[in-house]
Amino acid sequence: MGLNLRKNIKNPDDFYQELIDMQRNMNDDEVELMNAKLILILCNHIGDQEILSEAMRLARD
Amino acid sequence: MLNTYTWPEYAYVQSDEQRNNQVKRHPAIIIGAGLIGLTAALECARHGIRSIILDDNNTVSIGSRAVCYAKRPLEILDRLGVADRMVEKGISWKVGKVFFKENLAYEFDLLPEEGHKMPAMINLQQYYCEEYLVDEVLRHSDMIDLRWKHKVISLTQHDDYTSLQVETPDGVFAMESDWLIACDGANSKTRELVHAEFTGKFFQDRFLIADVVMKANFPTERWFWFDPLFHRNQSALLHKQADDVWRLDFQMGWDTDPKEAVKPENVMPLIKAMLGSDVEFDLEWVSIYQFACRRIDNFRYGRIVFAGDAAHQVSPFGARGANTGIQDIDNLIWKLKLVMDGKASDQLLDSYNEERAFAADDNLLNSTRSTDFITPKSKGSRIFRNAVLELSKKYEFARPLVNSGRLSMPTPYIHSSLNTVDEDDFEGAMRPGTNCADAPIVVDGKDGWLLNNLGDGFTVLVFGDKPEDAVIKSGDISAKVIRIGHDIQDKAGLLNTRYDGRDGSVYLIRPDHHVAARFRKFDKNKILAALNRAVGQ
Ligand SMILES: Cc1cc2nc3c(=O)[nH]c(=O)nc-3n(C[C@H](O)[C@H](O)[C@H](O)COP(=O)(O)OP(=O)(O)OC[C@H]3O[C@@H](n4cnc5c(N)ncnc54)[C@H](O)[C@@H]3O)c2cc1C
Repeated sequence: MGLNLRKNIKNPDDFYQELIDMQRNMNDDEVELMNAKLILILCNHIGDQEILSEAMRLARD
Repeated sequence: MLNTYTWPEYAYVQSDEQRNNQVKRHPAIIIGAGLIGLTAALECARHGIRSIILDDNNTVSIGSRAVCYAKRPLEILDRLGVADRMVEKGISWKVGKVFFKENLAYEFDLLPEEGHKMPAMINLQQYYCEEYLVDEVLRHSDMIDLRWKHKVISLTQHDDYTSLQVETPDGVFAMESDWLIACDGANSKTRELVHAEFTGKFFQDRFLIADVVMKANFPTERWFWFDPLFHRNQSALLHKQADDVWRLDFQMGWDTDPKEAVKPENVMPLIKAMLGSDVEFDLEWVSIYQFACRRIDNFRYGRIVFAGDAAHQVSPFGARGANTGIQDIDNLIWKLKLVMDGKASDQLLDSYNEERAFAADDNLLNSTRSTDFITPKSKGSRIFRNAVLELSKKYEFARPLVNSGRLSMPTPYIHSSLNTVDEDDFEGAMRPGTNCADAPIVVDGKDGWLLNNLGDGFTVLVFGDKPEDAVIKSGDISAKVIRIGHDIQDKAGLLNTRYDGRDGSVYLIRPDHHVAARFRKFDKNKILAALNRAVGQ
């Protein structure tokens, strides 16, 4: 089971709005810090190094 | 400045060969009486190799240098007779605290495993360590000739020896040696003279290192700050050494003027800000360093071998320089002895490069990773670093990502050509290429330790009472058989656990106390094949 690139979030609009709303009143530094924390939290949740590497490559390219 | 330590001044003595103007050929010359050269001479003596050490100075390490010594190098120094003194004088510690800004981010405990003779880590000023080594060297004056104020200025390599030009207060004279062990430090002249490459990374940063004397009630812990309020956007470290001396370390940034930074009017406010203005202290030493991570392209140039900082330089985060240099010597000298005695081909020494370059690369990787975390090189990496530190205050998962220096652990030679690959199933860490874990034993009715009983040659360690043979021989190479449960007793059952020692299991152990091979059954032919392989045949 590799990286899941198919639709996996039940209500995409709800999720997206929540993310954007949360950062609405933040300045750039706060946004960057929150994003970094979010990445770290999610990476730890996934844990699987192969999936993480694949995701990092996709994000870069 | 206050000195808690008086540097010994060792006497220069003119040698007979210089006085008589007579060129002599020696079996082994060691260049440099630093921590690694002194260790090399003692290990040579233990293996019956006579050596001469040449050092351009006449005292032990000056200034702020190594502080932390880890278990494996202490085990090596223990067989050379100096570890007890170091442990007694040194500071044992196990708790480390990491602060981010004004808060504690997290705390760790080294949780040293029970049942090892040597502690996980001690702190001791490098000059004490070297002084104890010199004392021990002087006790072996029949085997070691330690010559102060002897500076190697040039050399010529021949097929089977090297000739040297050496400068002393009495002028320049020539010496020859079958083998040369270059332990002349990070700026090795020997390395330059053989035109070796010494490449890697220089970090664009400077660190102010201060040793201060104070009686303050700070706990015996390692304190590391990221971006503290007293030193914004930089890192800082506080760690205890012997004699109420404390090591302070301040990251200063690349733009700092090194000459200005060390002036008392600039240093004192910085230290006061860290310790608190009510803490009384005296400065013992202040200096500024730029760190590098690099290594020599080959640890062996014909009959010249390199060890210690001459072969590799690492940033001090994680305390690896001296620790790994001592392990170079552990790896080198038994091989040199077999080659000198004609019992192994000189190709065995290529495995010194193979194994120790592998270990050096591992150390360089670890030191570079720590340095990258402590001194982020880009905006993005700084953001991630700070995110990790913030998360670590609350969440366990983030703590292992914090890297304020990983403690020095030995690098197992897992891919070494001297190993015999496992055929049988084993649990535990003792796979071929790994240094042997210690364990308490009973021998002749007395308590002891496994490592102290392994000796200086090969050992066949057998769980159970077979075979009858006391030694196993392949040509000139022999291995002493030690039967657990018979010759020695597994006092706490830890040998069994650490080695997965089901009855009948056999380990072939190298003279440097690393596992060469292991089997579930005693099969002499297999052991002989592994023995041959372990000496490069
Ligand atoms: C700030 C700092 C902190 C450190 N902390 C730690 C730590 O906690 N743990 C750790 O393990 N390591 C640490 N290190 C690293 C450690 O100090 C070195 O790795 C160690 O000193 C290397 O020993 P060496 O014998 O190879 O070289 P050196 O100690 O440099 O000795 C080389 C010797 O060779 C002699 N010499 C040089 N050229 C010649 C010549 N041409 N002829 C004759 N003699 C010559 C010199 O006089 C010297 O005595 C630290 C280093 C620094 C700077």
